[in-house]
Amino acid sequence: MITVQACLDGILLGVLFALIAYGMALQWGVMNIINIAQGDLVILGGYIAYFMYLYGIHPAWGVIVAPVIMYFVGVGLYKLVINKVVDRDLFISILATFGISILFMQLMNFAFGADVVLANSGYGTTFLFDNNVVLPNSKIFSAVVSIFFAICLVIYMKKSKLGRAIRATAQNARAAKILGVDTEKVYAATFGINAALCGVAGALISITFTIHPYMGLPYTIRSFMIVIVAGLGNLPGVALSGMGLGVFEEFADYILGTEFRIGAVFLLLVLILVYRRFKLSRKREYLK
Amino acid sequence: MKINKIILSFISAVAILLSTSVVSFAKVVGDKIVLGAAISLTGKYSSNGVHTQNGYNMAVDRINSMGGVKVGGKTYKFEIIYYDDESNPKRAAQLAERLISQDKVEFMLGPYSSGLTKAIAPVTEKYGVPMVEANGASRSLFTKGYKYLFAVLAPANLYLDVAIRTAVELNGGKGVRIAQAFEQDAFSQDVRLGILDAAKETGSEIIIDDKLPKELNDMAATLVKVKQMKPDVLVVSGHTKGALTAIRQIAEMKVDVPMLAMTHCDAAKLSKQHGKNSQYALCASQWHKTLTYKDNFFKDGMTYAADFQKEFGYDPPYQSAESSAALLVFKDAFERANSFDQKKVRDALAATNMQTFYGNIKFAPGGQNVDKPMVLFQVMCDGAGKCENKVVAPLKWASAKLIHPIPKWSDR
Repeated sequence: MITVQACLDGILLGVLFALIAYGMALQWGVMNIINIAQGDLVILGGYIAYFMYLYGIHPAWGVIVAPVIMYFVGVGLYKLVINKVVDRDLFISILATFGISILFMQLMNFAFGADVVLANSGYGTTFLFDNNVVLPNSKIFSAVVSIFFAICLVIYMKKSKLGRAIRATAQNARAAKILGVDTEKVYAATFGINAALCGVAGALISITFTIHPYMGLPYTIRSFMIVIVAGLGNLPGVALSGMGLGVFEEFADYILGTEFRIGAVFLLLVLILVYRRFKLSRKREYLK
Repeated sequence: MKINKIILSFISAVAILLSTSVVSFAKVVGDKIVLGAAISLTGKYSSNGVHTQNGYNMAVDRINSMGGVKVGGKTYKFEIIYYDDESNPKRAAQLAERLISQDKVEFMLGPYSSGLTKAIAPVTEKYGVPMVEANGASRSLFTKGYKYLFAVLAPANLYLDVAIRTAVELNGGKGVRIAQAFEQDAFSQDVRLGILDAAKETGSEIIIDDKLPKELNDMAATLVKVKQMKPDVLVVSGHTKGALTAIRQIAEMKVDVPMLAMTHCDAAKLSKQHGKNSQYALCASQWHKTLTYKDNFFKDGMTYAADFQKEFGYDPPYQSAESSAALLVFKDAFERANSFDQKKVRDALAATNMQTFYGNIKFAPGGQNVDKPMVLFQVMCDGAGKCENKVVAPLKWASAKLIHPIPKWSDR
């Protein structure tokens, strides 16, 4: 039963990670920007839901309100900072987003205080298999919402005009521009969509876990890893590797002990990087 | 080009001159005793940093308005120079250095948290500056042989010791089965060492011993183990995020355990953030307003709490109370030393033996306060869902009877 519990816990957790990684993959693929401030955008989204909760609105509405607000935060950030570095190399963009991350942390700390907070959804608990497996409904809710948003995004990217423009820009920005795509607008929208996804994830995290101005970095790191494992432009891969990471973390926790949980994840990252490198080098030889 | 250079060097010369000739606050200026403190006013400890500062300020005002400090037949008033250490140990050490060598402060008050106190202690020790600190409980602070460090609070390893002993007592003196989960930081690991000692002495068995990561916000895996192994006591320590996460997930996963003991419940505002879900949790605390210790300045805990509430608009957490107590200790030591000589004041501090509203204070050779036990309170809620913290152990101070074992979730 512990196995079932660990798998379910891991999958529910992984789906949430995957949603954050989704935004990162999109941005990385389209703009070649690794957003270190990803986790901080998540936490900011969490605070939006938390404040709704404080004012007596059910925090679940945060998954609708937070992305709307965060979209504009994202576009604003793009106009203020990112469009000045988007054409530079990867290193500059990492530095810029690192700066944004520190700024966000300090501003959130200044505005919301350094206390750890959470929003209570009052969703209760689901018992399975004769009470042997316990799933908080808040986690199920967050997984369902994450999947819903991910599917919406995939459809949007396939069907809508902006979605097609984003994909075209990702494939070849120069060609897209020649063919009449306003790439500047595409970049702003991409950044906005990423921030909106972070907003959704943040609202869900405030319902299932806790938020704190300095808690963003682990989310950045996890989403970075998921994207690396899945590879760029591989959206189903992101979902799978997100869930895989969640399950792996839970099992590492049971088998090795909680203290090795994060360590095991990093070990996995190293192994996968080494493995992928081998594969790439094999490919290269084949090309010769 | 050349002229530019000359101007530049002139400006920098003036700047250097200015920076070194800043009015130096000697230890005692006129009728003022100047104390230095680096406190986390921004950064991740800022809420507790502010509690600490409010505690210091409250005591300074009170002592000054009640006659100040009498040394050598003259009356002196306290004044504190504050710097913001940004919750950063490196910055805290720099600021301590600056307070001592630039501002010429000769007596220091502690910062907030064990980590920052650890960063500052070597500096104050190097210059022989007596420091009374109120917010660094880590055991390792008191094993380094520091001569100038004095802590008014009980060391971290005693935080949950009472809980284990109470559980054993309720079990008819037989050992209990303990599950524990501690964050991997200096403070929580010290609390863990205390539990290990208590378990050994009482013949208890530790069946789950998890270490939680620093960025912990999910302990579902630990709780699943707890559900399977059914321990008698579950002990959790991981600052405010540990307390909040534990209560949330215990309630969500309906984990039944006869006794749940934690740290940082009041800092986490458990009863406010979780309401009835936090009911029956046992929390270790340095101080509670209902304790009946007394002194001449704040009278007792209830009066202190009321005055504090009036001045700052919130109920004082123990971080504020212990910070106020640090000033009382300094005043007492200055008057007994009857001098501002750092060595004499240090010796007077070491010989401290007094009662404050916060508790008895008497320092061991390592600098920790050995005369003040920790208290345990239990979160108790009434029918309407209003929750309160009531002291349940040690029995001498108890204002309510411990509810044990915790009722099962299915019966609540």
